[in-house]
Amino acid sequence: MAHNSGSTPFNLRVMLRDERFWKIAFQVITLIVVLLLLSFFLGNLNRNLTQQGRVFGFAFLRNPAGFSIGESLIQYRPNDPYWRALLVGLSNTLSLVAAGIALTTVLGTAAGVASFSKNWLLYKLSRLYVGLVRNVPLLLQLFFWYFAIFGMLPRPVDQLGVSGLMILNNRGIFIPWAGSAGLALLGIGATIAAAIAALYLWQWRTRLRIETGTGGRNQLIGLIVLGVAWMGLMVFGLGWTFPEALEAGGVTGGLRLTREYAAALTALVFYTSAFVAEIVRAGIQSVSKGQWEAARSLGLHAGIVMRLVVFPQALRVIIPPLNSEFMNLTKNTSLAFAIAFPEMYSVATTTYNQTGRPVEVFLVIMATYLVLCLIITLVMNQLNRTVQFKER
Amino acid sequence: MTTVTPDSLSSAPPEVLALGPVAWAKKNLFSDWFNSLLTVVLVLVLGGGILSLIHWALTTAQWQVIPNNFDLLMTGTYPPALYPRIWALLAMICGLAGLSWGVLGRNLSTLFSRNILIGFAVVCAFIVIFPPTRPSTLQLLPIVALVAVSAAAGRQVGRRVRGMGNILSLLWFLSYFVAIWLIGGGLGLTPVRTNEWGGLLLTLFTAVSGIVLCFPLGLLLALGRRSALPLVRWLSTIYIELVRGVPLVALLFMGQVMIPLFLPVGSRPDRILRAIIALALFSAAYLAENVRAGLQAVPRGQHEAAASLGLNKPMTLGFIILPQALKIAIPAIVGQFISLFQDTTLLAVVGLAELLGIGRSILANPTYLGRFAEMYLFLAVIYWVFCYAMSLGSRRIEEKLNTDH
Repeated sequence: MAHNSGSTPFNLRVMLRDERFWKIAFQVITLIVVLLLLSFFLGNLNRNLTQQGRVFGFAFLRNPAGFSIGESLIQYRPNDPYWRALLVGLSNTLSLVAAGIALTTVLGTAAGVASFSKNWLLYKLSRLYVGLVRNVPLLLQLFFWYFAIFGMLPRPVDQLGVSGLMILNNRGIFIPWAGSAGLALLGIGATIAAAIAALYLWQWRTRLRIETGTGGRNQLIGLIVLGVAWMGLMVFGLGWTFPEALEAGGVTGGLRLTREYAAALTALVFYTSAFVAEIVRAGIQSVSKGQWEAARSLGLHAGIVMRLVVFPQALRVIIPPLNSEFMNLTKNTSLAFAIAFPEMYSVATTTYNQTGRPVEVFLVIMATYLVLCLIITLVMNQLNRTVQFKER
Repeated sequence: MTTVTPDSLSSAPPEVLALGPVAWAKKNLFSDWFNSLLTVVLVLVLGGGILSLIHWALTTAQWQVIPNNFDLLMTGTYPPALYPRIWALLAMICGLAGLSWGVLGRNLSTLFSRNILIGFAVVCAFIVIFPPTRPSTLQLLPIVALVAVSAAAGRQVGRRVRGMGNILSLLWFLSYFVAIWLIGGGLGLTPVRTNEWGGLLLTLFTAVSGIVLCFPLGLLLALGRRSALPLVRWLSTIYIELVRGVPLVALLFMGQVMIPLFLPVGSRPDRILRAIIALALFSAAYLAENVRAGLQAVPRGQHEAAASLGLNKPMTLGFIILPQALKIAIPAIVGQFISLFQDTTLLAVVGLAELLGIGRSILANPTYLGRFAEMYLFLAVIYWVFCYAMSLGSRRIEEKLNTDH
């Protein structure tokens, strides 16, 4: 029927019955509606902006910012330009995101695995944690940690010390830290590099052993050398300093995590971990019971079964939702502005308040978080690829 | 090596061992040394924590901040003279809820089972004993009675009248507009300006409005993203990915600032309305992904079967695909609604006095200086109850709709 519509004279009824016509017509209608809406909104925007006497553009980013920022990882003075202020915000966000992801992975996995514990108390504790934390808004938890927990710590005069390693007072938390910022960066970089190298060595060794049945000794030695070198660097190379309480109250040495940072990090980690725990639990549950039984029948005990048989299989199911959970964490760091932590969003709103440029600032925020999420997705996809089964 | 043969070769299931408390503890808490150690450590840590929490709650904490501000927490600065309207709204919602419960449970042999009666007793006792509700006991108890009566009535009506479900859906839909009328006034009632709406009332109103608005939009976006038409697919994908990449607080804040900019000169929608629009636009993108997962889970054969029956695209979608997809997506959709409910707390940072916002403004009052823990724990309980109830409800619906064999 359809193929002769070209040769026959134009026939409206035939055309209205033709699915291809509707496919095109529907798209054209959608496009027109969307374009009309866009031109309506953008036209209004243009009119509103010109009425207020503003021209769209990012040149204002080079003007001096003129506001000070409470804490920053990079050098910043109040008369630096706006783009530098935004960069400070970004660095604060990044430090929150990196520490958050690392701690969430640990706590979330632990809580997820704990829900399979034979110990009734531990099992119940894990369920209780998930059930409580997931059903209370993050912002409320953030305020709770900031005002009710960290805010109620003693003043610097009667601060709490935790066995010489940590000091707590209502200005922040003091932890042992590398001697200088450069050394700290070196330590973090070395840890990441060592972890990646170890992963590759381990995979190489496993592959070799599967293919040849023997060998892998050199790789094992390589792993041990790597481990020892890393340990040596961590223990002796970083010039650790420990927080020491001063006579009159106050602390010297170590790293000060401000109360804002500590509260934001704690709230984010506790909240996100509850979701990660559920993801891990679902992942482990997705591994069929037969895998457990087969592994147990080989005489492996429960801990080993979990580590060698069940968890690697569960990872395939865990990583994709974990990715979106990490993205949520990244976006949720923006809530830290509610407790005056100067992260990206907080600096951006200050910038907006001073310059009165909502559209440009919003575009900057949007682009920043989109890029952050994109990077996380790329890394997680890479990770996902390495844990997938290579099926024959 | 000796092999032990069982005494009988019957295939009966093994005897169930009755576990006494000692045997239970031995199995679950002290099965080996590691387990025992874990138990001891947990008991010490948890016990210590719980004891100090109880100690704090009974001695140090000053709970006065809650009962003194209960009205504020529930309705914000809503004029007390107009409280009867809020009571009427609550009664209407509870009546409808009871009716729905009765209709849903029309085939049960007893609607008021022992557990439910206990539940009613607990609620009544709570209303009578809990200090903040005491002034309102006279309003609250009849409302509880109304739930029971309307449930009984709903059961009777549900048995007689067919299609009661549709009527109920319509009633719920209409109740939304009645609610707006009751809260905001107008049409014969004294108007109440929106900056006097607040507390739990505003939280619930924005959450429900957000849900109502985001559902159709999310559905359309999900269908668009799964569409065979490239243009529609791209547009939906761009929208979903852009919105999902931005923090909600940025959208809310900029929604407050930019929505007026995008509209014709001079038109400036209400602040609450702007917040609801931003919430709905945000949640729709997430909801779309949940619905998309549901759509993907519907087997291809369903499309083909529908096509072979001669159904066209809209009919296939409406009668065959969407009902199945939505059923699959229920847990995820309810999860999204729960997080939308929690997200309403962000309205506090754009300056609206919803539950958390009003809590913060009470804490700013010098009389209640430093009562953070008490206030935030109380608010946490309220949010927890609502979110937990929603997830419980979703589990019920899931069980009811589960047609797997």
